[in-house]
Amino acid sequence: MNWMAWTQPTAIFFAVIALMLIAMTVWELRSPSAPRRGFLPIATTRGDRLFIGLLGSAYWHLMVIGLTDWSIWIATALSAVWLFAVMRWG
Amino acid sequence: MKVQNNHAWWLVLPVFALVAFSAILPMMTVVNYSVQDIFDPTTRFFVGTDWYEKVLTDPRLHDSLLRQFIFSACVLAIEIPLGIAVALSMPTKGRWASLCLIVLAIPLLIPWNVVGTIWQIFGRGDIGLLGWALNALGFSYNYAADTLDAWVTVLVMDVWHWTSLVALLCYSGLRAIPDVYYQAARIDRASSWAVFRHIQLPKLKSVLLIAVMLRFMDSFMIYTEPFVLTGGGPGNATTFLSQTLTKMAVGQFDLGPAAAFSLIYFLIILLVSWLFYTAMTHGDQNR
Amino acid sequence: MNARKLVVLLAYVLFLLVPIYWLLNMSFKSNTEILGGLTFWPQQFTLDNYRVIFTDRSWYSGYLNSLYYVCLNTVISLCVALPAAYAFSRYRFLGDKHLFFWLLTNRMAPPAVFLLPFFQLYSSIGLFDTHLAVALAHCLFNVPLAVWILEGFMSGVPKEIDETAYIDGYSFPKFFLRLFLPLIRSGIGVTAFFCFMFSWVELLLARTLTSVDAKPIVSVMTRTVSASGIDWGVLAAAGVLTILPGVLVIWFVRNHVAKGFALGRV
Repeated sequence: MNWMAWTQPTAIFFAVIALMLIAMTVWELRSPSAPRRGFLPIATTRGDRLFIGLLGSAYWHLMVIGLTDWSIWIATALSAVWLFAVMRWG
Repeated sequence: MKVQNNHAWWLVLPVFALVAFSAILPMMTVVNYSVQDIFDPTTRFFVGTDWYEKVLTDPRLHDSLLRQFIFSACVLAIEIPLGIAVALSMPTKGRWASLCLIVLAIPLLIPWNVVGTIWQIFGRGDIGLLGWALNALGFSYNYAADTLDAWVTVLVMDVWHWTSLVALLCYSGLRAIPDVYYQAARIDRASSWAVFRHIQLPKLKSVLLIAVMLRFMDSFMIYTEPFVLTGGGPGNATTFLSQTLTKMAVGQFDLGPAAAFSLIYFLIILLVSWLFYTAMTHGDQNR
Repeated sequence: MNARKLVVLLAYVLFLLVPIYWLLNMSFKSNTEILGGLTFWPQQFTLDNYRVIFTDRSWYSGYLNSLYYVCLNTVISLCVALPAAYAFSRYRFLGDKHLFFWLLTNRMAPPAVFLLPFFQLYSSIGLFDTHLAVALAHCLFNVPLAVWILEGFMSGVPKEIDETAYIDGYSFPKFFLRLFLPLIRSGIGVTAFFCFMFSWVELLLARTLTSVDAKPIVSVMTRTVSASGIDWGVLAAAGVLTILPGVLVIWFVRNHVAKGFALGRV
């Protein structure tokens, strides 16, 4: 495993992603979701919204890093808000 | 209507395991590399998002990204219409159709570096037919020294290499149109343009979407052909994204920046392919 | 109308074939003739360039290595893709759409991204410079493609056949191997063709994952060129020889290939 050059932050990052996926799977098994229409232009299922949320978060981070001098935590906070908004109203 | 059955996962498991092994482990490694300064496997330092900042503000990356988009746009603008035209011109059945299919498929079956080699030989002024003919006609043509010539050569090479794919996709799409449609058009005395516009083009929509997607993706990651043909030159004129990346990772061994660059590259591809895919499957639902 | 079609087609075919003609032309010339001046036909027809390739071990072993890992990859891809494509074409299951998209993204990921970690990954499990390593690495883009194409062919087989078979007491493996696979024979042929093709033409991963024992022909070519000046005649001959396997393979699937290019779901 040494060649993979793990660090603590990336380990936490992947653990969080894995936990999200597991949680979504359990949730979906307990109560399957139907596609619905929110503020996004297409009908989405819960899984679709998670994907859109995560992809959007990645771009938020890139934008904050590339265009501003803000701390990375501001980007993370922005992403959390965005992720929540997409999951809830998307 | 498909049946809901979660046991189907067992059938998908081998694919999942195989692709996950080759995709997820390397992807995790790239993420790990991208936040560290690596000298050798035991000497490495955590640097946070420094590499991302460096790569995102690097003019080299901006240039090759811009070149890449222009190149992909040119490729699509030439290959899609040409592919449709060729597909419409192909015989529909019989021995000639088989022969056409085989001839069209030949460029697709040539290893990519051999494609580069073919055009390298073909385009040279001293020993190549193309370069020699152009020079004899009075154009000063030299793909190794002139930026415009290099660009045009790489572009023509890509058209040569990949238009067949678009043509074959469209051809198979056209074959899927039932004869009834054409008969109706004949009764209505529709012009050939009207037939194309109102019968063939709508039926080709989904195939074209695939063609555009495949061509965009593949042209966006083009590496081997320009590498062999021009080596990215003259200057950096034909250095596209993949090549900048490979230079960084293998040539200069800058693992951290290369990894950050890889991830940004991957995110661009992911976004675009997701948009295409959604458009594709969403179009299906509307039908 | 028909004349115009013919002109378009002929012009395009000409455009495709002229560079190949030039390659073929050069492969039959000696180097002095190539560099001496432009000739449209070999003045002194020679097979020396081909002789070099067939007698020099570093050249012909390149071909054997390439063929070996390409065939290995095609077999692996088909074996894992067949059941998966069946699942996608017949059932809905948890996360099926996302899984399908994830598979496709791997088809679209630039190999350059995976270059270094691949090298590390296969070194760490001791597969570096083996045919299996290249075959497995090429699965990354061939398996998703195989699933995609096969799914299209399988969706064309009516579901009633499955149901009747189960009622008649067929078990799943027996049904799948005896009844279902023969029905999509042409689909399997076309898929094999596509796997063969994409594995055969790939350079970057194959070059990164091999050094000596499994070195593919495409990489032999680039290294020979950079090492000892350029031997144009041999290079051209090697190029011609890399085109042949593909042409041979497409000959076998020529009647189904149009359908295969529809790439499923069309």
